[in-house]
Amino acid sequence: MNRMQDNVRHFLISNSVPIIFIALSAIAIPLSGFSSSYLLQEMLTRLARNSFLVLSLLIPIMAGMGLNFGMVLGAMAGQIGLILVTDWAIVGIPGMVLAAIISLPIAAVLGYICGSVLNRAKGREMVTSYILGFFMNGIYQFVVLYLIGVRGMIRIPFADIELRIPVTNPQLVLSRGYGVRNAINLTGLRHALDNALEFNIPVGGSSVNIPVSTYLLIAVFCLFIVWFRRTKLGQDMRAIGQDMAVADSSGIAVERTRVIAIIISTMLAAFGQIIFLQNIGTMNTYNSHDQTGMFSIAALLIGGATVSKASIANVFVGVILFHLMFVVSPMAGKELIGQAQLGEYFRVYVSYGIIAVALVLHAWKRYQERERSRRSLRGEA
Amino acid sequence: MAKDEPLLRMESVGKEFFGNRVLADVSFSLGHGEILGLVGENGAGKSTLMNILFGMPVIAGTGGYEGKVFFEGKEARFSSPFDAIDAGVGMVHQEFSLLPGFTVTENILLNRESTKYNPLVEIFGGRIKTLDRQDMRRRAESAISEIGFSIDPMMLASEMPVGHKQFTEIAREIDRKNTKLLVLDEPTAVLAESEAEILIQSLRGISKKGISIIFISHRLQEVVDLCGKILVLRDGRIVSETRPGETDVFRIASQMVGRNVETAPSHRPPRGDTETILEAERLWVDMPGETVREATFSVQKGEIFGIGGLAGQGKLGIANGIMGLFAAGGSVKVKGRNVRLNDPAHSLSHDIAFVSEDRRGVGLLLEESIDWNMAFTAMQVQDKFVRKLLGGLLKWRDNEAMRAAAQEYIEGLDIKCTSHKQRAVELSGGNQQKVCLAKAFVVSPDILFVSEPTRGIDVGAKKLVLDTLRRVNEERGTTIIITSSELEELRSICDRIAIVDNGRVIGIRPATDPAAEFGLLMVGSDAAVSDPVIVGGED
Repeated sequence: MNRMQDNVRHFLISNSVPIIFIALSAIAIPLSGFSSSYLLQEMLTRLARNSFLVLSLLIPIMAGMGLNFGMVLGAMAGQIGLILVTDWAIVGIPGMVLAAIISLPIAAVLGYICGSVLNRAKGREMVTSYILGFFMNGIYQFVVLYLIGVRGMIRIPFADIELRIPVTNPQLVLSRGYGVRNAINLTGLRHALDNALEFNIPVGGSSVNIPVSTYLLIAVFCLFIVWFRRTKLGQDMRAIGQDMAVADSSGIAVERTRVIAIIISTMLAAFGQIIFLQNIGTMNTYNSHDQTGMFSIAALLIGGATVSKASIANVFVGVILFHLMFVVSPMAGKELIGQAQLGEYFRVYVSYGIIAVALVLHAWKRYQERERSRRSLRGEA
Repeated sequence: MAKDEPLLRMESVGKEFFGNRVLADVSFSLGHGEILGLVGENGAGKSTLMNILFGMPVIAGTGGYEGKVFFEGKEARFSSPFDAIDAGVGMVHQEFSLLPGFTVTENILLNRESTKYNPLVEIFGGRIKTLDRQDMRRRAESAISEIGFSIDPMMLASEMPVGHKQFTEIAREIDRKNTKLLVLDEPTAVLAESEAEILIQSLRGISKKGISIIFISHRLQEVVDLCGKILVLRDGRIVSETRPGETDVFRIASQMVGRNVETAPSHRPPRGDTETILEAERLWVDMPGETVREATFSVQKGEIFGIGGLAGQGKLGIANGIMGLFAAGGSVKVKGRNVRLNDPAHSLSHDIAFVSEDRRGVGLLLEESIDWNMAFTAMQVQDKFVRKLLGGLLKWRDNEAMRAAAQEYIEGLDIKCTSHKQRAVELSGGNQQKVCLAKAFVVSPDILFVSEPTRGIDVGAKKLVLDTLRRVNEERGTTIIITSSELEELRSICDRIAIVDNGRVIGIRPATDPAAEFGLLMVGSDAAVSDPVIVGGED
């Protein structure tokens, strides 16, 4: 095989995951019948909406802890902040900032717990954080179902004390007096950040809206990650990511650094969830965070990242490709099979199926790379 | 600091592990800039002595030690390796501790990186300082130049040859400005001869700068060449403290084992041509660090066939490839039948056994008992030690037969252990090797591959291992293929020796040929390559 051919082949193999999804989109886009300006608008919106969340996954990968399924803990913290801010009727940017101020310390504590648990499960971080997400979901549901409301569910006898986080807005609280409703309208916060600075660009008859302020924030975050990699702490995380024992024997505080990586990730995920929900405008108290974790991880994998290596480019490529599939495939499915109900089925199918496909493709890719390096070692046989 | 006070002084240091004495009354001193050679058989107490010096937790965890260690005139009781490093003791271990994805620079300066201030430090603390890449590179370059070996400071550790890794590790210790004592545990074991020479040179240079060195090695000639003082340990005691002018390799070797060692190679009568038992043609093997590109050779029945060559040239890959442990291609025939490569079970079914150079990884089930280890392959491949019930529907392990076989080999090979139920991980290196050999013998193979049979084991055990191989060859007629980096060892036992260079078999000679002939082949000299005896040439 000549060199040129080999290089092309290597490029195709090492980017096989994104390439397959580009190919799928190329088939699905014409089938769906969406206009290009519609798709462009969708992608711009979704990129602004999701990038921050996906970026929050990068630091634990750098520290060798794999995909942080524990980011749902951060998402939960973000949602608690949003519930309280909505009750207090603080709107706009101040509302978002206040929600962040409330949720970041909660996220830090949750991240600390998560990091400490993961230190006891070295090498099995992903499945542990995934299960930890379920466990924390239970605690979160306990809090939002029983402890938040006009009156508390739990009353300590003989002392006139109610365990209660006061929330009085009847639109938030279930009619029984405690517990948060499932669907919350974030009217006051809707597009608070997106609309702070926006541009409308005419594209082919209609106009496309660009939420510049959100993109600026994402750009700042990217710069932060680039800069963070160059700090001593970032270098330590890279060292730990490669070999924990070596890092430990050189005096790096391995466990502490791993906890820091998870805390940073969880806090960023909390803020990411706030950005995500201000764009959506409504919040699913009991579901939003679950979806956040799954969709962010799927997007990152589709972008060509692996559990041990991920870059900023992977994030953006991944978000675009994942959401392109996400937008296009239900319509394409409907056009193909002619059933409207298939839409939701397709969404779920696509998001979970994508993770499985991405992981299988990564295994295949690793195998192909070994084969390739082998060929160069052989004699001229 | 008084100049007349030696850098390191040990006074009657002793250590017991659970009532088992491993060190007794060790006293010596080491001056500034002096090089001390520490030699001894495996289990003589070298590692324990270094663990005491380095403050390894295993010492404190098992009841501390007796006697006193003085470092720079003050009594030192390091409670952790970090204390020892702070005091100025640097250690280069046998296993490399380099990060594969880091460059040479990053590895040398691991956790001692140069940093720059930024305002965020006030909030988040010192770890948020940014790295000063330029200064890091400068420091790495200066550490490398001090060793006198040229390495590209931006090369990734994963892409480095093994010799470079050793030098990078040493550079890491050199960069610590306060390093006063450098301990090197078997630094040349993985190096090719030319690299070892450079290392010896650079160690001399380092010692001239006032850094003292403790050099632990099984290669006695190096010790004699390099060290100003040689300490021989046997059974936890110092049996001799000499200077190189007063002794030689043979004296040291005999002091180590406490008996005279026979080193003369014994030549066997030339063999008449018999049938060919193994034929390899254009064999390639993808074994990391030991790539075989094109090996063509054949082995006669009943022969002891040696495979030699410098480290990293591919000699180890041949046996591993034929046994299916690494991806391989080409053709291999045993007794005229093709061996399916990349399928260890198929290789084993040809009555081939393999004693791997990777004892602890491939050779042994470390957590299992000796008898299990010995029986394992035979049980899997040949249904030995298996009782069948219901016409083979159910298979039972035959513990009694396993015990009997293990007992036989423990006695026959003089394996030092508490019983056949002792776990393999608890044995010393030499005894582990004997268990590996027994595991292969149990299969009663027609062909036995043995890789590096004496690596990392002491002189006494070495001889026993080689004698055992020869005996098996003579008594059972087993064809043996030995791969070894020690040419003298091959010449002492083999009938013919193949030399591998750059992944190719470049020559096969009778063992009686003069050593110089092999030396020429190993360095790939033109004179040797043009010789007609060569098999597996370019076209």
